[in-house]
Amino acid sequence: MLDFFFLTRFDYTLMVVSIGAALLGAISGALGTYAVLRRQSLLGDTISHAALPGIAIAFMLTGSKTPLILVLGAAIAGWIATLFVVGIVRLTRIKYDSALGIVLSTFFGFGLVLLSWIQHQGNANQAGLDTFIFGQAATLLQRDVLTIGILGGLALLITSILWKELKLLVFDEGFAASIGLPTRLLDIVLTSLLVIAIVIGLQAVGAVLMSAMLVAPAVAARQWTNRLNLMVILAGCFGAFSGVVGTFISSSATAIPTGPTIILCVTFMVVFSMALAPNRGLLWNSIKQSRNRHSLKLATSSLVKSTSVNNRIEENDNRKY
Amino acid sequence: MQIQETKAIQVTDLTVAYRETPVLWDIDLDVPPGVLLSIVGPNGAGKTTLIKAILGLVRPAAGNVLIYNKPYAVQRKIVGYVPQRGSVDWDFPTNVLDVVMMGRYGALGWVRRPGKQDRELAMHAIEKVGMEKYTTRQISQLSGGQQQRVFIARALVQDATIYLMDEPFQGVDATTERAIIALLQELRENGKTVVVVHHDLQTVTDYFDWVMLLNIRRIASGPVEDTFTADNLRETYGGRIAFIKNK
Repeated sequence: MLDFFFLTRFDYTLMVVSIGAALLGAISGALGTYAVLRRQSLLGDTISHAALPGIAIAFMLTGSKTPLILVLGAAIAGWIATLFVVGIVRLTRIKYDSALGIVLSTFFGFGLVLLSWIQHQGNANQAGLDTFIFGQAATLLQRDVLTIGILGGLALLITSILWKELKLLVFDEGFAASIGLPTRLLDIVLTSLLVIAIVIGLQAVGAVLMSAMLVAPAVAARQWTNRLNLMVILAGCFGAFSGVVGTFISSSATAIPTGPTIILCVTFMVVFSMALAPNRGLLWNSIKQSRNRHSLKLATSSLVKSTSVNNRIEENDNRKY
Repeated sequence: MQIQETKAIQVTDLTVAYRETPVLWDIDLDVPPGVLLSIVGPNGAGKTTLIKAILGLVRPAAGNVLIYNKPYAVQRKIVGYVPQRGSVDWDFPTNVLDVVMMGRYGALGWVRRPGKQDRELAMHAIEKVGMEKYTTRQISQLSGGQQQRVFIARALVQDATIYLMDEPFQGVDATTERAIIALLQELRENGKTVVVVHHDLQTVTDYFDWVMLLNIRRIASGPVEDTFTADNLRETYGGRIAFIKNK
């Protein structure tokens, strides 16, 4: 009887955790597609690192670990970091990548300082805040999963409503502006969606590795399709799959943080897709290349033959006259 | 009040600067309806910036632009735009038909998805540029000339009265160039106004009936036979134009 109770309890926790991991994987994978296509992967990295002080400050101000409050703090900090990057690029001669690096390390360092300060305050409630660095999916509760589901669902809904507008913005911003789309506003919407995708994954995957959750599924998905809608769906599936597998692996043993495990899973999918996908995969390309070389060889050899035959005919003709 | 002929595009005192450097200085340009005009000038003369300023994509430091006597913001549905081919990432996951259909987004408005009618219009434009064999082709697998034709088809779908094209002959072979110019001339025959940023001085007199010579300032603009003179060219290009024969 006790055994049975234990089993269902265990299963229930694992179910909640894996639903959470699947959701955040799907959402970050789908929305990460836009970051990859806009070449903003590193902005995602900056936002995820910069979210850490936001979480710390939100906790310091409220003393609560309610997911919505922490996520809100993370989102605000992520947005401020984005504004810093844009501001630095606009007002100074510092280039975009340097600005990203500066903001990332400054915010992340500040977050670490705040977290260790909180730990030394003797507030018992603070336990578990440090999971936001490397992630621990096992700490996901039902309310966390609910927050992930609602925020992520909202983000995906906005993406589908503004589907053609966002597609045009990403593909050809100049043309989008010329037909009257408010490109700056859409840019803000897209960046906000990116921020949401990041902050909902922080608890399970961690600030350090969250950006890989945005980039890797999209990169893998791009290998398999030439259509944006399929790419978004596939990236979502890849993200969800690695989320679940990574969570199971990390839950099966103690002291394996979930973030790195999930990232290893999704990296495996990238390597697999890079190697084996039709049309774009490495294997496919090398087969195609060797086939081309072969047919070229055939063509040239037959060309050589036919020209030599022609020459002979010509010689014969010349001899006649 | 003096009765004035309506201009398709009227640019007055336009100045655009990036930081402190002026890119366009005090430009005046009147484009009458129904002409095929080329904007000619050396690299960095501000040709692309002028197109973008007309489209409201860059904010001018001074001056204004009118399209048929009204600001661009209310006239954008009658203006079609072909950006430089190099301004987008051609590895974007989409195909020819999908890109051409983007020309309908302005008419569709927010949220609404393109339907059967939009698809038919897009197919028609694709046929116009001779790309019907490639409708489902991924855009990275097109040659430069084919990519350019896709962009032109997208502008045709806009069904505009004025077309602004930024270097539509960039990276295009001779056959495609002639096909494109025939298309532009056909647009002009149908009363459209076409403005083209152009690089090849040799073909200006053959292809266009109006020309604007630009080098940050407007050197001259008007019908090709009056405007495209050796003196004006020398002024536009400085001393570097010695190889052009005096016509």
